[in-house]
Order: sequence, then C-alpha cells, then structure tokens
Amino acid sequence: MQNLIQIIVDAVALGSLYALVSLSIGLVFGVMRLINFAQADYITIGAYALVVPTASVSPALLLGALPFAFMAGGVVVVVVVLALLTERLAFRPMRGSDPATLLVSSFAVSYFLQHLVMLIHSGRPKSVGIGNSLSAAVEFWGIRVPGTQLLTMGVALVMLVAMVFFLKKTPMGIQMRAAAENFQMARLMGVKANRVIATAFAISGIMAAAVSLLLVVQTGTLDIRMGLMPVIFAFFATVIGGMGSLPGAALGGFIVGFVTVGLQAFLPPDLRAFRDAFVFMLVIGFLLFRPQGLIVTSAARERV
Amino acid sequence: MNQLAENSLETRNVHVAFGGIHALSGVDITIKTGMVQGLIGPNGAGKTTLVNVLSGFQKPTRGNVVLNGKDVSGDGPQKLARAGVGRSFQAARLFQDMSVEQNLMTAAIGTGLNKADAIIRSREILDWMGLGHHGAVLGGALSYGDERRISIARALALHPKFLLLDEPASGMNAEESQNLMSIIRAIPAHFNCGVLLIEHNMEVIMGVCEHVYVVDGGRSLANGTPQEVQDNPDVRRAYLGEEDAAA
Repeated sequence: MQNLIQIIVDAVALGSLYALVSLSIGLVFGVMRLINFAQADYITIGAYALVVPTASVSPALLLGALPFAFMAGGVVVVVVVLALLTERLAFRPMRGSDPATLLVSSFAVSYFLQHLVMLIHSGRPKSVGIGNSLSAAVEFWGIRVPGTQLLTMGVALVMLVAMVFFLKKTPMGIQMRAAAENFQMARLMGVKANRVIATAFAISGIMAAAVSLLLVVQTGTLDIRMGLMPVIFAFFATVIGGMGSLPGAALGGFIVGFVTVGLQAFLPPDLRAFRDAFVFMLVIGFLLFRPQGLIVTSAARERV
Repeated sequence: MNQLAENSLETRNVHVAFGGIHALSGVDITIKTGMVQGLIGPNGAGKTTLVNVLSGFQKPTRGNVVLNGKDVSGDGPQKLARAGVGRSFQAARLFQDMSVEQNLMTAAIGTGLNKADAIIRSREILDWMGLGHHGAVLGGALSYGDERRISIARALALHPKFLLLDEPASGMNAEESQNLMSIIRAIPAHFNCGVLLIEHNMEVIMGVCEHVYVVDGGRSLANGTPQEVQDNPDVRRAYLGEEDAAA
C-alpha cells in the first residue's frame, strides 16, 4: 500500500513537471500553430544562467549565488527575454507559414541556441549545487516525499491555477483564448496579433524558467540537452491530450508522468531499461487510433 | 455628395475579377449612418463579393472603397474593422469554447475597453437583443438561430460605424426571421450606425430597409425605396426568373 502511494506521489511529481512544459508548448501552439521545440533550449539556458560561463565542470555560481527570490526572478527575466527574442527575430517573420515550416524553423532555432550554449559554456556536463537542502525527504504517515518533489508539485499547482485565472478572468487571457480558437476572427474582433503572441511566448518563458530551476534542484547537473527530453515527453503529452487544448496538455502531462513512473515500477526488471520505448508506443497508439487526442479542439476540427 | 462623404461607406465603380470571371463589374453603393439599407440580388449576383470588398476581405481589381471620404481600397479586414466597419458572416463563426458573454467581451476589449466596461457593454447588448439569458452558454452549444443572432450581437460589441449583415436570416423560420428583422430595424438608432442588410429573399427586407440596392450579374441593377425597386421592371425580370428556378 505504502509502496503504491509512493509510486503515485512520484507520478504526480513527474506529471506536474511535464504538465508545465506541455502547457507552455500548448499555449504557443494555440495562438501560432507553432510546435516550439526551442522550448527545450529556453529551459537549458535558464539553467545555465545560474553559473558563470567557463569550461569548468564545477563552475562558480552567477545568478545561482543570489538569494532565492532574486535567483528565481533573474532566471525568469533571462528566459522571458530569450523567448521574446526568438519570437521577434525567428518566428514572427515566419508567421502564417504552414505548421510544417514552422516546426522545422523551431528545430533550427533550437539547434542554434544549443550550439550557442556550447560555445559559451562548453559542451561538458557540469555540476551545480543549488537547493541541496531540498533533497532531504519529508515524511508524511510513513511516505517519504523528497522536498524537490513537493516543490515541483507546489510550483506546478500554483502555475496551473495562475494560468486558469489568467485565461478565464483577464482581458488578455480572454483575447488569447479567442485567438487560439480562431485567429482570423479574433483579429477582426480587435485582438492585436503581436501582443497576444508575444504574451504567449512570455508565459512559456516563465514556465520554462520554473522548469529549469526545478530540474537543476532535482538533478544538480547542467547539460546542453537537459531541456530536450522533458520537451519531447511534454510534446507527447500535448498529442495525447489533444493538440491545442490546454486542459488536454495538462492532462496529457500527468498521463505521461503516470505511465512513465508506472512502467518503471511494474515492468519486469529486464525490461525497465526500455521504459521510454513503451511510452513512445503509447503515443504511436494514440496517433493511430485517436489522432485528435483526448480533448478535441478547433485546431483539430479545422483539418476535417 | 460631399455631405454624404462625412458619414458614409461607399464603393465607387468597383470591379472584381477572379481570373477571367467578373464577379463585380462597376458597382456603386453608399451606406449611410442612421438607417438600414438593403442589398439584394439573386444567388450569384455578387452580393457577398461586394460585402467582402466593403470589409477589406477582397481587394477591388478596379475602383475604390471610400470610408468617410477617405480612400481605403487597399486596407485589409483588420484595419477596416478597427476603422468601424463591422460585419457578420454567413457562417456565424462564434468562439465555440467560450461563453456567449465572453464572445462579446472579446470584441468589446478589442475596442479598448477594460474588463468591467466590456462586461457592461456585452450584457447591455445581449439584453437589448433579448438574449440576456444566453450569456453563460458556450458558443458551441447554441442552436443555429441563436448562433446567428449572437454573431450579430458580437459584431455590435465592436460598436461599428457601419454594420454589414450577410444573410443573417438564412436558415431561420418565418417567425425567427421576423423577430430578427425588427431587431435589425432598431439597430441604427440604438447604436448610431449604418446597417447594410444583404439578402436574396426580397420579401424579408422590404419592411426593414429605407433604401435598397439591387445587383445582378455583378452590376448595379437599380436602387431606390423598397417600393420603387419592387416596381422596377428590370428587377422583376431578374428576380422572378430566379425565384421560379429556386422554387
């Protein structure tokens, strides 16, 4: 029983991390039909902003040396600026291109940023000690929950609630939902395209900053591809949840988290090494049998 | 003529050709604020093309669109919408996953209102149209007739100077259609704007419009009061042939 609860806690923690990433992908996809794989590099660069650029494997801290609030704020500023720059310089000129072209351009931006990090910080993985105190486990009724997992769940919860509030209650949020559903019509209703899209990128930057901090606290390492796997899994989550649906993206994030942790726990030990292959099979299954995802949106309806 | 230019939306000798096909060949109409005018013509006469030209969706191949005396022929739909040209579409195209009230709020916010004022304007319009009870319903959950009426309400939430309604009563039964027409008749006074009502069914618009333009085969055929237009032999010829075919 305790073992099962432990697994559920692990699953929720991983799921919340994926949900954060899939929401940021879903938000930008909603207003621009762009699947932004550069989201991975927003996460990576947010994490690298914590340290001084050197070739050393245990670099001195830069933003990471600041008190927590300033460190978090600093990372958010760096990633939001980066997200807005990629929007302005790379994606805005491509606006209106078909989704396949946009996808390819996001790969280009992603590789460019990855190699930029390599140029500045070298390509070697680095260790960075931040939030070590958080790795101590907190015990509830015999269940051990690592502090980092609690933090992940807490951050995800706050961000999900903030996002729902933003989308349902604020003027910009209402305009963004309209734009996500029918961009042309929203523009006729006075929605300013540049502002809505830039806001979506800024929010995806805030979420990426949160994810980069959570990843660094969890793993204590920096790697130029550290954002890649979370983004790939989160992309799967958006496919499962229904491309363009934000509730679907969050739901998909949790599903992928649960499936991953469940496979890790219940697969025969010999097969555990191939855990991710089973997750990928799930996604292929969805693409074959329910390509529109769990929650169908106007983005999917358009195609029929 | 110059007096009209102050508060009017006009086409001057507008031509539209798609490849070799002439959808419009020299149409002049003038929409004035403060009244409902009709645009009628048989199916395929070029009515929707003309509305597309007036609202910036279609650039005229030749001729001009003039808004309050200013040439706006090259302006796109967003720019014209901001300048006060609102329109409805034959398909309602509401935001399906948003409530009716938020559909209207999107438009109201788009004109620069803050959230509180946007809510006030949206509710006011819905109540005025007798649709207040639909505020919380999702756009995608409405009946066809309600969807059409809400799309007009949403266009009104932009507070347009000129409102182009493309066959707003199509698919409605006689009673719904009559209801809608009495609402449309009251729009110019209440919202201080001009309305162009596009219809292919002459009966529907006779009681609503002060002035009617008739197009056929992409050309202006006649214009005048509903009675004048109805008595015009050219109009009768163009129309009766079409109506027989449709029946």
